[in-house]
Amino acid sequence: MLKITNLHKTFMPGTINEKKALNGLSLTINEGDFVTVIGGNGAGKSTLLNAISGVWKPDEGTIEIDGVDVTNMPEHKRAAFLGRVFQDPMKGTAPDMEIAENLSIADRRGTKRRFRWGCTKADREKYKKLLASLELGLEDRLSSKVGLLSGGQRQAVTLLMATIRKPKILLLDEHTAALDPKTAAKVLEITDKIVNENRLTTLMITHNMRDAISHGNRLIMLHEGRVIIDVAGEEKSRLTVEDLLEMFNKASGDHFSSDRAILS
Amino acid sequence: MGFINAIPGAVAQGLIWGLFAIGLYISYKILDIADLTVDGSICTGACVLAALMSRGVNVYLCILIAFLAGAAAGAVTGLFHTAMGIPPILSGILTQLILWSVNLKILGKANVSISSRKYPVLLSSIDNLGAIIVSAVFCALIIVGLFLFFYTEIGLTLKSTGDNEAMSRAQGVNVSFNKVLGLAISNGIIAVSGALLAQYQGFADINMGRGAIVIGLAAIIIGLSVSLKIKPNFVVSLIGVVGGGIVYYLVYSFVIFLGLDTDLLKMLSAIVVAIFLALPYLKAKYFNKAKAKDKPAVAKNQAGGEENA
Repeated sequence: MLKITNLHKTFMPGTINEKKALNGLSLTINEGDFVTVIGGNGAGKSTLLNAISGVWKPDEGTIEIDGVDVTNMPEHKRAAFLGRVFQDPMKGTAPDMEIAENLSIADRRGTKRRFRWGCTKADREKYKKLLASLELGLEDRLSSKVGLLSGGQRQAVTLLMATIRKPKILLLDEHTAALDPKTAAKVLEITDKIVNENRLTTLMITHNMRDAISHGNRLIMLHEGRVIIDVAGEEKSRLTVEDLLEMFNKASGDHFSSDRAILS
Repeated sequence: MGFINAIPGAVAQGLIWGLFAIGLYISYKILDIADLTVDGSICTGACVLAALMSRGVNVYLCILIAFLAGAAAGAVTGLFHTAMGIPPILSGILTQLILWSVNLKILGKANVSISSRKYPVLLSSIDNLGAIIVSAVFCALIIVGLFLFFYTEIGLTLKSTGDNEAMSRAQGVNVSFNKVLGLAISNGIIAVSGALLAQYQGFADINMGRGAIVIGLAAIIIGLSVSLKIKPNFVVSLIGVVGGGIVYYLVYSFVIFLGLDTDLLKMLSAIVVAIFLALPYLKAKYFNKAKAKDKPAVAKNQAGGEENA
């Protein structure tokens, strides 16, 4: 479903702040995989997701989604293949527009938008049912401005928007990191439900090792812009945090202490 | 007595500037861009109309061409910004300067008369009641048109482009195209208001429109301060903005009636707008502190509400 080959990206090249964010990263993800991505600060996690989304173009390497080379495709065209949820709950929704309007914009992602009614009665009925499935009481607030919702509610709506048209890949960029633990757990639960029901191919970045282990069927760890650990299936389900730390030390030849605080 | 006699004229001009403010609302409020093209494009509308009418072209066709000319000017600003990476304010200033030359070429000279005695204009300052009706009809038609447009699939993405660009891109919206489209519509409407203004005053002048953005902002600020309290929706906001234009011209006529030096009017308008633009900031800085300690949640909501306004 997703094939990334030898991806390189250097920010601010030639300056004192030069940062090699991606350093020959290659990764293949099969249809239906739910991959959790971990790694310390600056390991290239968000850079990877931004590269897939097309926020900027890589210096080198190719990205294929479902057999289509999207390396040079602009961000808004690539969006047809992708569902995205950001770390910042404010980033995924338009605050001054109604919940229904936000959903209707997402519902037409990848289609040709025309001069026809943008949010019909039938749409509203459909969104009402979808919102009800979140169990957050939002189904009665279709006409509320999204700006009135809490961060967790906004993230849940963004999840719905990202998946309302089944994306080829769902990209979750630490989408629970900005939420309080209880809300984060709820949003993760909703995530699992949506991903399983729609059998979505998913890439989820997380700072939390336990979440990375308990969710999905495959786990990768990035370090210095490359994949250094890649475990799946049976092996992944038996993983513990201690195993991961040990694997990291072996694979990177580095000591973990500096990153431990961030990852645990 | 003098002021009462001036009221119909003030209302008529207020409606024409209300139309201008509707156009400005699209860039300033919906796209969140301070577009300085407008000072030039209102004049373009007036020049196109005067140049064509004085050659005997049908008045409705003149207004349509004025709209297209304004839209083209807006599109140029949009392309400066989106295709060439120039900040929006500078893009507008550049187009405004371009328009000064273009307007002079369209008009052929600094001033062209289209007196209602010689040309079949739709409105003129001689018949203020008629002028009020005609400009009110134009405002109403454009409000209805915009209402319909902003609830289409394309219209909704135009709103979201101004509201949250990252979200729009993630949902497959071509935000660059939308900005060009929005600026084109905005300046097209503004050019129509210029075409009406030229008819009302009976001439087009190359210096028309200097500082127009300030009048438009004043109308928007006055209008929204009332309409958002009544009902914060799109149509009510636009009606409020037109009302704001009328209030502005009533006040304007009143201070002239009081004998104020008319040379000072532009300065005073700008100062009044500056004060109103500063109000939310000053309020947050000096008056919200005590409240924030007592009830943080309420203070937060108020801040959000002002942002939406």
